[in-house]
Amino acid sequence: MTATYRRVRRRWGAPLLFLLPAALLFVAFLAIPIGYALYLSFRGMRVSGGGPFGLRQETWVGLDNYVAVFTDPELLAGLGRLAVYGVIAVPLTLGFALAFALLLDLPRVRGARFSRTAIFIPYAVPGVVATLLWGFLYLPSTSPGNWILERIGLGGIDVLHGPILFPSVANIAIWGGVGFNMIILYTSLRGIPTDVYEAARLDGASEWDIAYRIKIPLVGPALILTGLFALIGTLQVYGEPATLRPMTSAISQTWVPLMMIYRDAFTRDNLSVAAASSVALALGTLVVSIILLRVTQKRSFGGS
Amino acid sequence: MSTTTTPRPVGTRRLAAERSRPAGRRGAVLPSIVLFLGALYCLVPVVWVLVASTKSSSELFSTFTFLPGTGLLENLGDLFAYSDGQYLQWALNSVIFAGVGAVACTLVSTMAGYALAKYDFPGRQLAFYAILGGVLLPGITLAIPQYLLMSKIGLAGTYWSVLLPSLISPFGIFLARVYAMSAVPTETIEAARIDGANDARVFVSVALPMMVPGMVTVFLLQFVGIWNNFLLPFIMLSDERMYPLTVGLYTLLSKGSGTPSLYSLAIIGAAVAIIPLVAMMLVLQRYWRLDLISGGLKG
Repeated sequence: MTATYRRVRRRWGAPLLFLLPAALLFVAFLAIPIGYALYLSFRGMRVSGGGPFGLRQETWVGLDNYVAVFTDPELLAGLGRLAVYGVIAVPLTLGFALAFALLLDLPRVRGARFSRTAIFIPYAVPGVVATLLWGFLYLPSTSPGNWILERIGLGGIDVLHGPILFPSVANIAIWGGVGFNMIILYTSLRGIPTDVYEAARLDGASEWDIAYRIKIPLVGPALILTGLFALIGTLQVYGEPATLRPMTSAISQTWVPLMMIYRDAFTRDNLSVAAASSVALALGTLVVSIILLRVTQKRSFGGS
Repeated sequence: MSTTTTPRPVGTRRLAAERSRPAGRRGAVLPSIVLFLGALYCLVPVVWVLVASTKSSSELFSTFTFLPGTGLLENLGDLFAYSDGQYLQWALNSVIFAGVGAVACTLVSTMAGYALAKYDFPGRQLAFYAILGGVLLPGITLAIPQYLLMSKIGLAGTYWSVLLPSLISPFGIFLARVYAMSAVPTETIEAARIDGANDARVFVSVALPMMVPGMVTVFLLQFVGIWNNFLLPFIMLSDERMYPLTVGLYTLLSKGSGTPSLYSLAIIGAAVAIIPLVAMMLVLQRYWRLDLISGGLKG
């Protein structure tokens, strides 16, 4: 522990005052909504009294909502689609980000500044706008790919229907995510002192060896963090498929879990089931993140 | 036996051979090309929307997709005239949500991060774990309970309903803590205290100036995060005049299926919407301390 990290002597008042705004906001907009979602997820409408004159009353229903959620074939199908989407989007986003970061870090790369800036630009484009742009590039009547295919006498392909829809949606997320992750990985590559691999270079190691054996292990923690954020982002995908809906009939109202939660809450007015699915999705994300952190066995968040 | 020679001389010889190769630039050609292709992939949709925004609605579906059209001025006129200038209102709303939200969030995060990094107090560990939990929690799953609670207290549908939840960012607090730990030396704080400064004064005149680069990073991350947010304002707001750009463009697009003129509006709207943010990113890029994000991992 260096002197810089040593903390000021134990005190009460001042730190609590500094934390107060954050704590109030945390309680109001994170803790209470979580508690409320949990509460709602155990409540439901029940008909009491029986017979034709039974009253519909809100009451405790135990785990009924969760049973309903996990036995709902639509939600399970939505989770399946989410998995397919995630299996495409997460590794490709991270893979491209790492590859670009390593290439940028090579000596004697031409136009590195231009490429770095260009690849980072999609970060500034909101997901909804990105979907709008890609949607038109996919749409057969405005797609440049189809224009070329038709000119050379081949029929166009419809990338918004059938199994190719998954890579099409994932591509929008990859496009939006590569640049940001690339910059994080690139800055941590720049943080490695060059003498670490100057020696290897003098020993005749190829750039490939240096990347694989020295650079990638050293940016491991950054890779885990970017992976974690990519994963969390994937599990809450909503804007891209929802925005694509007007352009394709292949995306249903319940295409991914969050779309289904939205429909349950606002179209069907079934708040209990929406709350139960929200809780399940949040818990699932937490569990997946913790497993990822445990498996990689790095103290990625640094403890304290 | 020649096979028993140690590899070292071979290695040195190869290095010598590489050194003697003229210019030595060949090795970087392939990486440059791959990076350029990546840049192209990232720019194509942006170039497309800029080109498409010049097309009139009849040209949109008839001419080659990357061929500029003749309708730019007309499209711009239509865009700003749409529903009595609603587009400008959306843009203004986005600026308010993202600007006010990010400034306030940065202050809240900086204070909290500084307290967590530089003070030892009961409950500090608990607060830190609460923030970690918040980082891992997909915030968007909270949007529906947040909406229900907001409507209970009568705030749903107001600016506050979008602004207030954006003020808390566990990740922002986490970054501010990382930055305070590395950028504000405890000795300096103690020296200021010996000089008679109280905690508030130490924070404002000693710690805050040292934390500016970290604050800029938190501000930019939060600004882009709020600007790009869709689901929260989509759920919270019902009055179209209060929409930010993301939700406004979404409604244009979903109304547009069937009416090609609205497609043109959505395209010019998207083109105009991305220009200021891309410009801001390009200008402020150098002030980003994104190494913070990875640097925090070594803590």
